[in-house]
Amino acid sequence: MMESGTQVTCRYAGTDFDATYITDRDGMAVIKLNNGYNIGVDPACLTVVAPAEAVKGVGMVVKQDTSLPQLSIISTGGTIASRVDYRTGAVTSQFTADDIMRAIPGLADIAQFRSDVLATILSENMTPAIWQTLATSICDEIKNGAEGVMVTHGTDTLAYSAAVISFMLDTPVPVVFVGSQRSADRPSSDNVMNGLASAAAATSDLGEVAVVMHSSTNDDTCAIHRATRVRKMHTSRRDAFRSIGMAPVGSVAYPSLDVTLSKDAVRRRPDTEPVLSARLEEKVGLVTFYPGMNPDVIHAFEGYRGLVVSGTGLGHTSALVIEALRSLTDAGTVVVMTSQCLNGRVCDRVYDTGRDLLAAGVLEGENMLPEVAYVKLMWVLGQTNDTEEAARLMATPLRGEFGRCSDNGF
Amino acid sequence: MDFDYAALGLKAGIEIHQQLDTAEKLFCHCPTVLRDVEEHNGEFFRYLRATVSEMGEIDRAAREEMMVMRPFSYYAYDTTCLVENDEEPPAPLNPEALELSLTIAKMMGMTPVEQVHVMRKLVIDGSNTSGFQRTGLVALNGTLPTGERIESICLEEEAAQRIKDQLFSLDRLGIPLAEITTAPDMHTPEAVKSVAAYIGMLLRSTMQVKRGIGTIRQDVNVSIAEGARVEIKGVQELRLIDEVVRREVQRQVNLVAIKDKLLARNASVDEGSHDVTALFKETGSSILKRAKAIHAVCLRGFDGLVGCEIQPGRRLGSEMSDYARKCGVGGLFHTDELPAYGVTEDEVAALREAVGAGPNDCVVLVADTKKKVICAIGQIRRRAEMAFLGVPEETRKMLEEGSSAYMRPLPGAARMYPETDVLPVTVTNAYYDALVLPELLTDKAGRYVQETGLDASLARQMVYSRRCGLFEEAVGRGVKSALAAHTLLGTLKELSRDGADIAAVPGEALIDLLVRVETGTVAKEAIPPVIRALSKGVDLGVAISAVAPSVSREEVRAIICAAIAEREEFVREQGMRAVGPLMGVVMKELRGRADGKVISELLKEEVGKVV
Repeated sequence: MMESGTQVTCRYAGTDFDATYITDRDGMAVIKLNNGYNIGVDPACLTVVAPAEAVKGVGMVVKQDTSLPQLSIISTGGTIASRVDYRTGAVTSQFTADDIMRAIPGLADIAQFRSDVLATILSENMTPAIWQTLATSICDEIKNGAEGVMVTHGTDTLAYSAAVISFMLDTPVPVVFVGSQRSADRPSSDNVMNGLASAAAATSDLGEVAVVMHSSTNDDTCAIHRATRVRKMHTSRRDAFRSIGMAPVGSVAYPSLDVTLSKDAVRRRPDTEPVLSARLEEKVGLVTFYPGMNPDVIHAFEGYRGLVVSGTGLGHTSALVIEALRSLTDAGTVVVMTSQCLNGRVCDRVYDTGRDLLAAGVLEGENMLPEVAYVKLMWVLGQTNDTEEAARLMATPLRGEFGRCSDNGF
Repeated sequence: MDFDYAALGLKAGIEIHQQLDTAEKLFCHCPTVLRDVEEHNGEFFRYLRATVSEMGEIDRAAREEMMVMRPFSYYAYDTTCLVENDEEPPAPLNPEALELSLTIAKMMGMTPVEQVHVMRKLVIDGSNTSGFQRTGLVALNGTLPTGERIESICLEEEAAQRIKDQLFSLDRLGIPLAEITTAPDMHTPEAVKSVAAYIGMLLRSTMQVKRGIGTIRQDVNVSIAEGARVEIKGVQELRLIDEVVRREVQRQVNLVAIKDKLLARNASVDEGSHDVTALFKETGSSILKRAKAIHAVCLRGFDGLVGCEIQPGRRLGSEMSDYARKCGVGGLFHTDELPAYGVTEDEVAALREAVGAGPNDCVVLVADTKKKVICAIGQIRRRAEMAFLGVPEETRKMLEEGSSAYMRPLPGAARMYPETDVLPVTVTNAYYDALVLPELLTDKAGRYVQETGLDASLARQMVYSRRCGLFEEAVGRGVKSALAAHTLLGTLKELSRDGADIAAVPGEALIDLLVRVETGTVAKEAIPPVIRALSKGVDLGVAISAVAPSVSREEVRAIICAAIAEREEFVREQGMRAVGPLMGVVMKELRGRADGKVISELLKEEVGKVV
């Protein structure tokens, strides 16, 4: 296979076309004609004219203003910035601070940046091991003087990561997770506004882990969501991220970048050191109950230290599944009930089914989101081997993951 | 204005953009219908930014569009979806649109692309929510019967319609467009027109393209040997296309003449500009008086040339003004047109003195906020420098009557990259070979003349009519071609002119009516009133019996006998000559309920009995 960028001629439709070889696909050679269009042709019609030219380096130098606040950007693979090579059509994700600042020029007016490329993964491939590295890395950045940390992340599992980091790291400064829903190569991408708004939030008076993304389809405001109350609620829209059961803890206006924090937002605590408790128990599961569920699904979690069930309504499962859950709790597994309604609180004291679940040793997960209960249980079981203590921690709001009272209007 | 085009080395090519009449849009399943803006049920706004390429560069066309950063607003409808909103990945390439574009390609003897790849073409003027237009090259290399070459056909998505300023309507975004590009093989304005007309006919022959103003648009590429390639966008009317070419040739010839004069005069553009705001403190020009800042630049040796007409209604100054507007200013003043607009001779003299302008120099000034004015002066200097090179390569937009204004630089080929959300589509030989070609409208008109004896001019009108299908069906069911054509073209047009809602008339009912007329059960004279009833939603049978209840032969005979009896003396006197006048009387009585031929026949019979 020849190198991408090789200059070729293509004998096609009775004419010799000058073109650039891009790649092979489905047995065809993809070439870029001089008018910019790619077409797929039989590789046999190509003749090499000249080898690929070396790609020139990017000229623009990024200047950092040392009078501005110090922020850190930690990349995990979310493509907040990308660069298009129009010669070959390749779109490359950018991860270093220089590259990101080049792609989002306004950043240089908000802060000075350090960067750390921690991983370059698709976010569905996130693992507890990377969460631990991430928490440690954020903690180090804060200890080294970062006044705020931005974490770029793929949006699929962004909410899981933000939630677990908020349990692992007690942070005195903003730790802001940000991503983009529409690819960074497109002129309409949400990356620039989300990037600038997250930087503004990271320099603000916030003192907790948060997610900053578009609050509507308009380019006017980003919402600041509490990491333990946010969920991706749409596959593709810019405003996919929603606070569940509470209002966002703040907002960033665009293009002014004015940050507004609600009274609920945890405030920055200067002169306070971050506290890292990075141990996680990986033998924890999350399962959604559905009508007709075979109890074998539950039995598959035998040997697990924890299991979060996303039940129906107020937090229910079928009688057969309750029996299977009882055998898990009998063997020492901590089982926490949440609701697939997502909105509202679990209450297993209304119907017999609920009372049976409680009798089977299942814990009520209050109004925690199932995913948040899952990462919290991983963290709790990483902190203690004692089931009673684990139950007590699960019933205690640690990072605003549930409220004692359910807010009006949600 | 006529030129020796061969001597000037005129080369012209066209790009035709034709909306395809498919059921669904190119990359989503929404219908391809245009809406009234009043019907919008959603609105949102966004900013667009050019992205940096591998070389750290932003495309020159994109850079200019970005000079003023402002949000674009969009109207959404219950017939648009998240794909138009750039909030959802595109659906697979619409197979109906691909088939149609390949059919058009085959009609021009083109070679299909083995595997079609959809690209993203950067467009950040707001007309595409994503900031790019999706487009794929589907076929290459064809020829027209007159020898002009067709370079390519691309299948692309239509842009959103600009309602006003930065406000766009999403109903049009995503309608499939076939973009047909000819080689620069035309060498006269008339050749451009006839090629455009031929391709238009070919497209209409598919019977699957949209019709009406704006559904087909031509871009014209024009250059003369001493000029440069200029693309003029948005020629919506075929009748203007040769005029556009003529005027562009005129513009290029005049710009070359200006270049020669500038070089002969040893002209130059001043490096710096002057803040002359204070000079106009007490001016009678309200624009200048209001302005926060007024800056001027001196163009040495340009006197008389900035005001020189280069095409009807356009001067070199208009070109500079177009460039300046990219900075958000309303326009400019120059000394070739001053004193005027409330600016006095004294003010002009003071201005000339302030910038050190001599009698051979032209001073250009711009009034607005300081930031915009500085930007605009830079653009004016840039355009003035270009005058030394003659004709700049540009994308222009057509103005009324065929002149044009500057839009943006010609885009580089660099602004395309793959649309990774749409899988490539393979076009096999078997698929392409199996595509059935429609009959060309010109061939069809010839066939109508040959097979049905229709008059040639009616045949031409008929094939271009939306009701061509009805015509064929009616003729197929035994209706004479002239009756069918006259009804479908003439009668319907007259009724429509009189206010009848012709679109509401069902085609099937029209054909039934024509068949009944042909077989003599309904009188020919009843056609207009029956169609009028049909247009009000009345059923055909009901319409006929209400407007023209059929009258039996015997009833007709009875009416004739009564008429004769009343005028017995007259009939005896006149003999068979009485048939003519009586015909009028009886026809009036029957009001189209019986065929004229039958009345005439019976009348002759009965009159014969009397005399």
